[in-house]
Amino acid sequence: MSPAKTTTVNTAHSVVEPSARSKRIAGTLVIVYALVTMLPLAWIFLTSIKSPPDSISYPPKILFTPSIEGYCNLFTTRTRQTPEYIASLPAPDGVCDAVTRQRNMVIAGPSNFLPRFTNSLIIAFGSTFLAVGLGTLAAYGFSRFKVPMADDLLFFILSTRMMPPIAVAIPIYLMYRQLGLSDTALGMMLLYTAVNVSLAVWLLKGFIDEIPREYEEAAMIDGYSRLQAFRKVVLPQATTGIAATAIFCLIFAWNEYAFASLLTSGSAQTAPPFIPTIIGEGGQDWPAVAAGTTIFLVPILVFTILLRKQLLRGITFGAVRK
Amino acid sequence: MADVTLKGITKSFGKGGAKRAVDGIDLAIADGEFVVLLGPTGAGKTTTLRLIAGLETPDAGTVSIGGRPMADLAPASRDVAFVFQQYSLYPHLTVYENLAFPLRSPARRMEAAAIDARVREVAKMVRIDHKLENRSTRLSGGEMQRVAIGRALVRRPSIYLMDEPLSSLDAKLRGELRLELKRIQKDLGATLLYVTHDQIEAMTMADRIGILAEGRLVQIGTPREIYADPANLHVAARLGQPHINLLPVGLLPDVPAPPGTTTIGARTEHIALAREEGGNARVDWIEHLGDQNHLHIKLGEQKLVTLADPDVAVSPGDRISLSLRNPLYFGQDGQRLV
Repeated sequence: MSPAKTTTVNTAHSVVEPSARSKRIAGTLVIVYALVTMLPLAWIFLTSIKSPPDSISYPPKILFTPSIEGYCNLFTTRTRQTPEYIASLPAPDGVCDAVTRQRNMVIAGPSNFLPRFTNSLIIAFGSTFLAVGLGTLAAYGFSRFKVPMADDLLFFILSTRMMPPIAVAIPIYLMYRQLGLSDTALGMMLLYTAVNVSLAVWLLKGFIDEIPREYEEAAMIDGYSRLQAFRKVVLPQATTGIAATAIFCLIFAWNEYAFASLLTSGSAQTAPPFIPTIIGEGGQDWPAVAAGTTIFLVPILVFTILLRKQLLRGITFGAVRK
Repeated sequence: MADVTLKGITKSFGKGGAKRAVDGIDLAIADGEFVVLLGPTGAGKTTTLRLIAGLETPDAGTVSIGGRPMADLAPASRDVAFVFQQYSLYPHLTVYENLAFPLRSPARRMEAAAIDARVREVAKMVRIDHKLENRSTRLSGGEMQRVAIGRALVRRPSIYLMDEPLSSLDAKLRGELRLELKRIQKDLGATLLYVTHDQIEAMTMADRIGILAEGRLVQIGTPREIYADPANLHVAARLGQPHINLLPVGLLPDVPAPPGTTTIGARTEHIALAREEGGNARVDWIEHLGDQNHLHIKLGEQKLVTLADPDVAVSPGDRISLSLRNPLYFGQDGQRLV
């Protein structure tokens, strides 16, 4: 190789900038991965707007007439009536009423979906708030004070995550029955808080360790107490970490299925164990189940999109030092 | 403003107090005085400031400000202002909010109008009034440090404590801020304790310099005293550019050293040179700094560095005669002998 040729190659190829070819490969890989992960979600959404017969037809229908029936069935309970009775009724009140009557049924009342969904919101957001709140305080303590046996305590806190939470399901079931916490929103909130707080402490300790303590010291000299300095100086700078931690905690509490199906059945039941139990006439009402799942995905989707920058920072946390 | 007194202040760190950071320091700072603590890294300078501010608790000794003992008083109640070496500004606040932060504290509860007036006055003083609405992270290093100094100056505390506030700046800016800081301190009549390892800052700003070494206050006095009349080898070595030359006694036999002298310290002003064939020393190397030259001289096996005017006509290899004029004498233990 002639020296001149080597020079040309070196100037054309930058070490920092990826080449056009590697950019194309990376782009393709990302698109393929996105398609694979989004396909089930798209399928669920499409099923939710199919009519019940279309939803179980084989081979599956790609082209179909969209129907709102799944969403109607999700929110209502219905009873079968004779065509004569239905004909005698006044004109249908709203779209769902009309759709239901076409199946020779009338709406008998609201379903349990809305209360179950509300339970999910209360329990997931409540436990996230508790876990992040307690985690922030504990992480601040571990980060700033000389805690006796701090390393052992932190290891103990982490060790609660070393087995799947469901491994302790039976003792918790018995404890909750004794304490009267079974099937209560408070019980579920405490349980999810207990599981999440270890994650919150560890994540947040990392974030708070990164905030130089000079800021608080400066604030304390400037006339603030430690608590005021924490609120005015540490918290505003820890918002990124707190947001990232909150998303992780919320995703766990929102999606949790095993404990929810074991410990709740009635008033405190959350959406995950409720949705699969939606039964229509003659079997599972798949469009209604799919409609419930679609609605169930919305809050976490919104929350994640709102805080996506913080989430990314939370995932790559510790990889890069400023 | 108030006077500040330290009595026998001691502080250790590490397991079982393994490392003595500050070891029995006695220091009295008069009202309106500018005192600089000078010492190398690890001499206990920062710890001394933190002890006065109440960020550390002394193992022994007392701190009093304005005659009032400070034991058990939280930093917020001590009425001191602190300029940190780095991380000085609250990154989530603007320049204005940073400057107003101490005045908005629950300890002071100033009125908004009074805060505004004071912030604008101080911003002008440290020449940052054109960037009040900037985020504090969007400033150059020099601007940040000016804001940090400003955040201390918005208050009228008993004492200003400054921990190498200029060390992270480039040389030109450091020179400017040095002058500005001294001017502001004079105008306010402020009591100021300033910590640095930079001898030029110490020499130019201080009313008195305290030399710290390994947690002890070795000597304290006016810059002139510290320079001309150092108590021991350590103090002599801290000041002077180029570094003081330490010669074994007897290298130049005609020096009238007092009995017990083991080391002779010779700064530029103690060294007399003349070009002379067959002189006792030889020019080894010359560093040209523009306005002056550093002359590296070999006297037998001993190397010396001294200043020379650029127009002194010597070149490497020339023989010169070298003699000492009133150098400093040090005994076996490093103490100065007179």
